[in-house]
Amino acid sequence: MDPKSFHKLNDYLWEIPQQGEMRVPGRIFASEKLIQEMDEKVREQVTNVAMLPGIQIASLAMPDAHWGYGFPIGGVAAFDPDEGGIISMGGVGFDISCGVRTMKTGMTREEVMPKLKMLVDQLFSRVPAGVGSEGLIKLSLAQIDEMLLGGAVWAIKKGYGVKDDLEYIEEHGRVEGADPDKVSDTAKKRQYREMGTLGSGNHYLEVQVVDDIYDEQAAQAMGLRKDDVVISVHCGSRGLGHQIGTDSLKSLAYTLQKYRITIKDRELACAPINSLEGRNYFGAMSAGINCALANRQIITHLVREVFTEVYPEARIKMLYDISHNTCKVETHTINGKKKRLYVHRKGATRAFGPGEIDLPLEYQHIGQPVLIGGTMGTSSYILVGTEKGMQVAFGSACHGAGRAMSRTQAKKRWHGREVVQSLEAQGIIVRGHSYSGIAEEAPESYKDVTEVVDAAHHASLARKVARVKPIACVKG
Amino acid sequence: MKFETFEHEADIGIRGFGNSLQEAFENAAIALYSVMVKIDAVKPNEKRTLTVTASDNELLLIEWLNALLAISDIERMVFSKFEVKITVTSLTGAAWGEKLDHIRHEPHVEVKGATYHMLKVARHNTGYIAQCVVDV
Repeated sequence: MDPKSFHKLNDYLWEIPQQGEMRVPGRIFASEKLIQEMDEKVREQVTNVAMLPGIQIASLAMPDAHWGYGFPIGGVAAFDPDEGGIISMGGVGFDISCGVRTMKTGMTREEVMPKLKMLVDQLFSRVPAGVGSEGLIKLSLAQIDEMLLGGAVWAIKKGYGVKDDLEYIEEHGRVEGADPDKVSDTAKKRQYREMGTLGSGNHYLEVQVVDDIYDEQAAQAMGLRKDDVVISVHCGSRGLGHQIGTDSLKSLAYTLQKYRITIKDRELACAPINSLEGRNYFGAMSAGINCALANRQIITHLVREVFTEVYPEARIKMLYDISHNTCKVETHTINGKKKRLYVHRKGATRAFGPGEIDLPLEYQHIGQPVLIGGTMGTSSYILVGTEKGMQVAFGSACHGAGRAMSRTQAKKRWHGREVVQSLEAQGIIVRGHSYSGIAEEAPESYKDVTEVVDAAHHASLARKVARVKPIACVKG
Repeated sequence: MKFETFEHEADIGIRGFGNSLQEAFENAAIALYSVMVKIDAVKPNEKRTLTVTASDNELLLIEWLNALLAISDIERMVFSKFEVKITVTSLTGAAWGEKLDHIRHEPHVEVKGATYHMLKVARHNTGYIAQCVVDV
């Protein structure tokens, strides 16, 4: 998009002035270069979201924004139920609460290298991943309801992890308001064999090394030093989340006429928060969040088991677990008034600043860790939320890099085997369940996450703390 | 050409052609599974049936594709042969396939759902086209 076609508020903030049917302006956080590279659909979608009832302050887009279903990916918007605010399936997406969990190992790169291949082989064979994979835990319909209400808390009660883990998950591992009755039987049936599975596509499990520290104080608070080995898992709510997305797209499509909401795009499917349909979707979506949190908790348990079998001296401790693709109820200050808002973050991450109640004690003074994944074979970053970010973006930041080319193009350009060999030449071990899946995920098929992270940093959405590089990757 | 997939940034588009509306829907389903597995290797051994309803043909396509995905996920099956009957607001369909075999079928990506993006069911030349983008 042409930077000159926006109203430039500062080097990292570009505004679409409120006009026509827009209720608020649109605001995109990005460098000039990123704005130039962004597709035109971003403007259109940010503008469409700005027209929705009850929207507060502005319709936002993060530095990694690109077109999505209804909302752009990287879209953030908050709604006030007292002002007829809506809740939208398009603002959450199909993979509800897809997110990243990073764990510390207590080991250094030098200590891990000798048995790394064995570790990766074990992780590949013990953590279910790929199309049609089955989890080790089979749940009955009644147990699924418990899981949907309990999230990671449920998983820990079942023996998958330790209570201490919960402090390092958003909302302590379980969101309020989940209503298993609003989740269809089809969604539940899809999940009963999928607990503790990674999925496919851009989901992964990575062994990483801290290779640069930008903020010593924050790194210390997180217990991170250069050469420390960490493990990150990226996955979501699996079949259940997808089915809730599908079901709600259908059930919300019919509410527009009923509540006389005009939308420019069917995929913005929404209903007033204070309506039966809105409450139903919120209940189902919240259940989806708990499902993703439970899923990542079970995978954490498997990773802990495998890692400590290979390295008995390891101590796996949580760094943090963040989610994208959510709608959360949060208190934010708007024009000096505290308001309870429904904050949609589609392909965007919560990034709470210092002092927020939900944070663990040792992070209170630094802010919430924000884990931004690069793609297979490239760096990922750890940041922290800021007070400024709370003011300008409801405490939100970007989630990753976004694709630079289509999957079809990527497959034409590379063979999975080539990609694996090229990464191995750089010292990164890759194991995947599908070579063509690997080709589609080739590092060059994604945009540069460093640029996106730098823009988030300069826009004060989040502050850089450390960079990690992968040394091994298991792909679904 | 009966079916094809087309590029769409982070996701993939699927397209079915047919002399009739029904054929276009059947071929769109083949396109869908071609995204996930090596469709030529899927033997049409076991039959599953389903019925969906929607207020128009385009929404019916979405219902058809998503219902197939749900069966695939729940039963760990993939399909290669399809037959549908379409009335004004409902579709009764049959799908033939087998349990997913990781080696023979070479699965590589899961489709999360059919979306409204680029959704089109319309006359095309002398026949019909049914297409949409699917979230992978």
